[in-house]
This record gives sequence, structure tokens and C-alpha cells, in this order.
Amino acid sequence: MCADMRGLVEAFTDALALLIAGDAALWEVVWLTLRVTGAALFIATLVGIPVGVTLGLSRRVPLRGLLIPLIYTGMGLPPVVVGLFVYLFLSREGPLGGLGWLFSPTGMIVAQTILALPLVVGLTMAAVESTDPALPLQLEALGATRRQVAATTLLEVRGGVSAAIVAAFGAIISEVGAVMLVGGNIAGETRVLTTAIVLETRKGNFALALALGVVLLLLAFAANFTFYRLEGRGRSA
Amino acid sequence: MKRLMVTLLLTALAMAGCASSSDTLRLATTTSTYDSGLLDAILPVFEAKFGVNVEVVAVGTGQALSLGEAGDADVVLVHARAREDAFVAAGYAPARFDVMYNDFVIVGPEDDPVGIGDAADAVEAFRRIAAAQARFASRGDESGTNFKELSIWEAAGITPEGDWYDSIGQGMGSTLEFSQETGSYTLTDRGTFIAQQANLEGMAVLFGGDTIDANPDLRLLNPYGVMPVNGDNDDLAMDFVEWLTSVETQQAIADFRSPSGEPLFFPDSVEWRSGGG
Amino acid sequence: MSTYTLHGLRHAYGDRTVVDIPNLEITEGEVFGIVGPSGAGKSTLLRLLNFLEQSTAGAITFGGHAVPKEPPLEMRRRVTTVFQRPVLLNRSCRENLVFGLRLRDRDPDPGAVEEWIVRLGLEDLADAPARTLSGGEAQRVAIARALLVEPDALLLDEPTSNLDPHNVARIERLVSEVRSEQRTTVVLVTHNVHQARRLADRVGLMIGGRMVEVAPTEEFFESPKEEKTAAFLRGDLVY
Repeated sequence: MCADMRGLVEAFTDALALLIAGDAALWEVVWLTLRVTGAALFIATLVGIPVGVTLGLSRRVPLRGLLIPLIYTGMGLPPVVVGLFVYLFLSREGPLGGLGWLFSPTGMIVAQTILALPLVVGLTMAAVESTDPALPLQLEALGATRRQVAATTLLEVRGGVSAAIVAAFGAIISEVGAVMLVGGNIAGETRVLTTAIVLETRKGNFALALALGVVLLLLAFAANFTFYRLEGRGRSA
Repeated sequence: MKRLMVTLLLTALAMAGCASSSDTLRLATTTSTYDSGLLDAILPVFEAKFGVNVEVVAVGTGQALSLGEAGDADVVLVHARAREDAFVAAGYAPARFDVMYNDFVIVGPEDDPVGIGDAADAVEAFRRIAAAQARFASRGDESGTNFKELSIWEAAGITPEGDWYDSIGQGMGSTLEFSQETGSYTLTDRGTFIAQQANLEGMAVLFGGDTIDANPDLRLLNPYGVMPVNGDNDDLAMDFVEWLTSVETQQAIADFRSPSGEPLFFPDSVEWRSGGG
Repeated sequence: MSTYTLHGLRHAYGDRTVVDIPNLEITEGEVFGIVGPSGAGKSTLLRLLNFLEQSTAGAITFGGHAVPKEPPLEMRRRVTTVFQRPVLLNRSCRENLVFGLRLRDRDPDPGAVEEWIVRLGLEDLADAPARTLSGGEAQRVAIARALLVEPDALLLDEPTSNLDPHNVARIERLVSEVRSEQRTTVVLVTHNVHQARRLADRVGLMIGGRMVEVAPTEEFFESPKEEKTAAFLRGDLVY
């Protein structure tokens, strides 16, 4: 074998030691990651779910035929391209340069919101479309207001909507292209898990890189596990 | 039959996974070397002469050395003298060989708000930046440039930290863009700055002179060393080192120019110094 | 007292008229059966009566009040429809039963709900997810859900056509029982003339969007005035 296994085992042991020791720099990175991704997910959910439900329920939204292919394209946006556009907009010479958001967590939240929004909208819409097409009519016939129709439909597809949120979370917490470009990977200010992993790997600090990777995986797992449990409870209720 | 399949699969994996076959040489080097275009200019000669393929892995100095330690690279070409010596001392390579040098300069907003232009040396320039709390962008990636920067801070007796000091953990190109965008000072190798200057409107070399000969601070010289890694590919690695330090190749390094026509590297091998240079 | 009065009611999709009824009155507390071939406009008429669609022309009065273009919520909530295929929510049976009340922000009377569960024969299934119910059970829940909101008018759109005879009988019994208890006006659309005969006080035959004949049940079946009615009752193809 060309690479010896010792290196890998050693890196793992050191990584565990770092995690157990609760390295301060490591937790700072974790905390910022959660703040940025959490804020982006919150905004994307707040905006995306109503839009997704509206699009899923109504066939008469203007420009629907254009909007939906756009959303599906948006679901697969390359983070680095989004990062590039956001960078150009927030750059000093860009149209929004005056905001001073480049190389700040706010800028990173903007980029990640753009990445998460199409996922939330698209998957919510798909979930709503998967309901019985007769459901809105039945609800109206039972005396539901338009708002109640939307809310009830949303509750019906809570599993699908949870999946949408988890998918968006997984996509943005693990992306590196946008946060690297827009955030700039500044130590203690805009360094998140993924950019830290890239950096530590480049430095040859495999133990720390691996420790960060383990934290990232644990976060993704925790999110999926939580939503799975919520979903499970919803089903058996 | 099943066993044969497994064997074939493992062989294929091994072949795909390991580059240590004798017709390929893997060279681990730094991004600044690779980005300058020097390797693209000189490597084809080696490849033709020895009938081999050179794979260049351009990473930070830290990772380049790790690649060598793990046996994932056959040759390491970097610029961080102390770490190179440690690499040899640890037995990963038989020796370190001088190859070439260029120099570092301090760049920043062309109006030089802190006024480092007339500083006596780099240490003085850094002191002025720190005293004024002017923004400073650090590579922060344990690259050769980053080590050089940190050694200057150390010599100045300053621990750089605070809002004015951003450690961004990125390559030289990104660090220069960051500096332009935020109006920061930064330490860069002259070659990368020259190569990117067209995109760095508003930035200028503020300390380090217009050419390497005009650089007032010898500390800013940036020597590159090459090390053949002890491993499966010793012979070819040694061939490469001999070729890189030969007068002929050294001449090619001397002749290499940036797109704007400036020399980026200065040959410095023992052979060059005692012979042609 | 009439529950519905229709004047010159017409509904068209593009230039295809699907409902065209100059005059019709549905009296409070009666079961009004509507029979007719497929595509006669029966379901469309029910949607108009539930204010789920806006008629192209004409006027409806409901409970003595003219129905405006956008009927107020209180008016809409005095009518409900049970469709051919029950649409239940992905919740327990019990939650489905009280869902109409929840929409109205009314707290269900637990006693009444339990009574309904017993009456529907769903004691063992009350807390089971609604999706585990058979078609007949689901339709019983749908009807009870509609009745729990105590509507002035209950519209039934082919409520038993997907069900086995046992469930058909159960649901027919339910309809005749509640009708005598609640005095709810029932409009029953069915392709099954026997069902109309068993349940309805008056029956109307609808063909091509028009009411060909409306008569008290006995008279409708024994001595139809229109030739088309007679033909329909014989089982001939009419259009």
C-alpha cells in the first residue's frame, strides 16, 4: 500500500483528543457555523414555505411556467457560483458595496439564504403537490378560509416540509464555495467548519481537519435525527 | 473466479491510488510557485528528457511537506527554510538543495496611509502598521509566506491580534483580493503581486523597492529549496533534483518572465553559483 | 321556508353551458334527490350550492338571503359537501371528525363526538390514523365530520357509489336518521335511482344542465310527466 494506515489512525486519535479537550478555537468555528447556517435556514424557511405552499396549491400564479424551472435550477445552484455573484454585488465596486457586508457573517448569510431558498421552496412545493388534489376543495367545502386551506395542507405535508428544511440545512452547512468567497475565512470572524477544514488540510493539520469534519457530520446527523423523530411522532399521532 | 475478481479490483485500486510507478513523478509545491507559470515553462523539458510524467500538486507549504511525509509525493519544492531543515532532520529526505529565490514585498493602498515607504526595514514597517492599527491581512495558512510574515512580527516584538489583523487562511491570490477590497496591508511574494497587479487597482508595493535588487531588507529574500523524498521513487526524484539544479535548467529559470516581462525567480543552485552564474 | 332559491342560474365553462336552471326551490328540511346521467351537471350544481364556484349568471338565495359574489364566511359555513371519494386528513379518526369544528374555532362537545364514534361503529378505530380506514369507514367519518358542524344544508355528491351494499345501507340509514333529528336540508346527487327513491322527499332529473322534471318522489317514480323521465327510469339512454 502506498500510504501507511498509521497516519490515518493517528489523525483520528488526535482528532478525538481535540474534541474531548473542547478546543476553544474549534468551538468558536462551530458556533459561527451554526449562527450563519441557522440564520440563513431561518430566513429561507420563513420565506420559502409560504411561497412553496402557494405555488403548490395554485396553478394560476403568474409566470408559474417560468418560475418553476427557475426554482428547480436553483435547487442545484453551484455554491461557488452563488458566492461569486454575491461577492461581486457586495464588493466595494459592486452595487451593494456600501453595505460593507463582504467578508462578514451577514454576507455569508445572504449567500447561504440564496442557496437554501430554492431547496425549501421546491421541496415544499413538491410535497404540497403530492397531496390529494381534492383536498383544497374538500377543505373549502368544510368552511375553511384560504389561510386555513394553506395551513392545513402544510400540516398534511409536514413530513415533506421537514425533509425540505433538513435538505437545505445539509446543503448549506456543508458548502464551502460560497462562504469561502464571501466570508473570506477570517479567523475568529468568518471562519466556519468547511473553510476551516480546507485550510487545516492545506496546512497539513489533518487531525484538526478531521476533528472539524467529525463535528460537521455530527451536526448533519443531529439535524436529520431530530427531524426524523419529529416526523415519526407526527405520523403516530 | 470470485477471488480473481477481488484481486483484479484491488490491483486496479492500488494502481489508481498510488502514483509511485516509475514513469510518474509527483511534485508537491506551493501555490505561489505553481501560479507563477514557472513549472509549466520548464517541466516539459524534464518530462521529454526522462520520458516521464510529472504530476504537480500545488498546496500550502504545510500540506506539501505532509504529502512528502506520508509518501504521497516524491519531490517537495517549497520556501520555508526552517521547516525544510526539520523535514530533512526527521529523515524524510536525504538533503535539501538550494534552487532559486525571489523576494517578499509589503503591499497596500497606494496612498500608504501609515507611511511605511521610508521605513528602514520590514520590521520597522510592521511596527508602524501595528502602531496605527491599520488593517493587515495575513495568509494565516502556514505557508512559506505566512511563516515569513510571522517571523517579522516576532522580530518586531509584536503579537499581531485584534480587529485590525485578519488571518484569512487563504492563498496569496485571494489574500491580495481581500486586501484590495478591505484596504489592508499584506506581505506578498513579488511574483504573485506582479502577476495579479492588473486586477489590483489601487494597490502598490509600499516597501521592498521596484525590483529585487532595490529591496532594502535582505530578510525579505525568499529562497526555494527542493528535497527528494525517501521512498519508492528515489532514483527518479534524485534525477529531478539534479536536473532542477543543473546550470541548464537554472538558466531557464533566469530567463522565465512574467506576462508583463519581469523576472520572477533568480537561480541560486550550487551548480549555478559555481559555474554559469 | 326555502333553503335555496335559484333564479336563472347558469354556469358555463367557455361556451359550454353545464348548468341552466331557470327556477328551483329547495325547501328547508327536505331531502332533495338529483338523478341523471353522467355529465348532466349534477356535481357542478352542488359546487354552486356550496359556493365553491361562482355562477356565470343568475342568482341564488340561501336561507332567505341573496348570495353575493363573495359569500361571507358565516354563510359558507352553513353548507358543506361530502364527496364521492372521502378526503380525510393524515390524522386520527377522532381528529378528522372534529376538524370542521376546529375550522370554526368551536370546541367539540366530547359527548357528542363519542356518540358519533359509537354510532359509526368506529370504537376500535377512533385513535387510529385515518389512512388505515377502509373506504366505507372513511366515508362514514366524512359524513359524521360534515354533520358535526350542524350545517343548514348538507350536500351529498354520489356518497355511496364506491361502497359495498353493507356500507351503502349503513350510510343511507345515517342520512335518514340525522335528517329527522337535525332537520338539515339534504341535497343528494346520485346515479342510483333506487337510492333517490329510498331517501328523497322530492326528486329532480337533470339532463344536459337542465332540470327536466322535479316532482315529489312518489309521483316522480309512479307517474312521471315527462317522456324523458320515463325513459330514464326504464334505463334507456337519455341525453
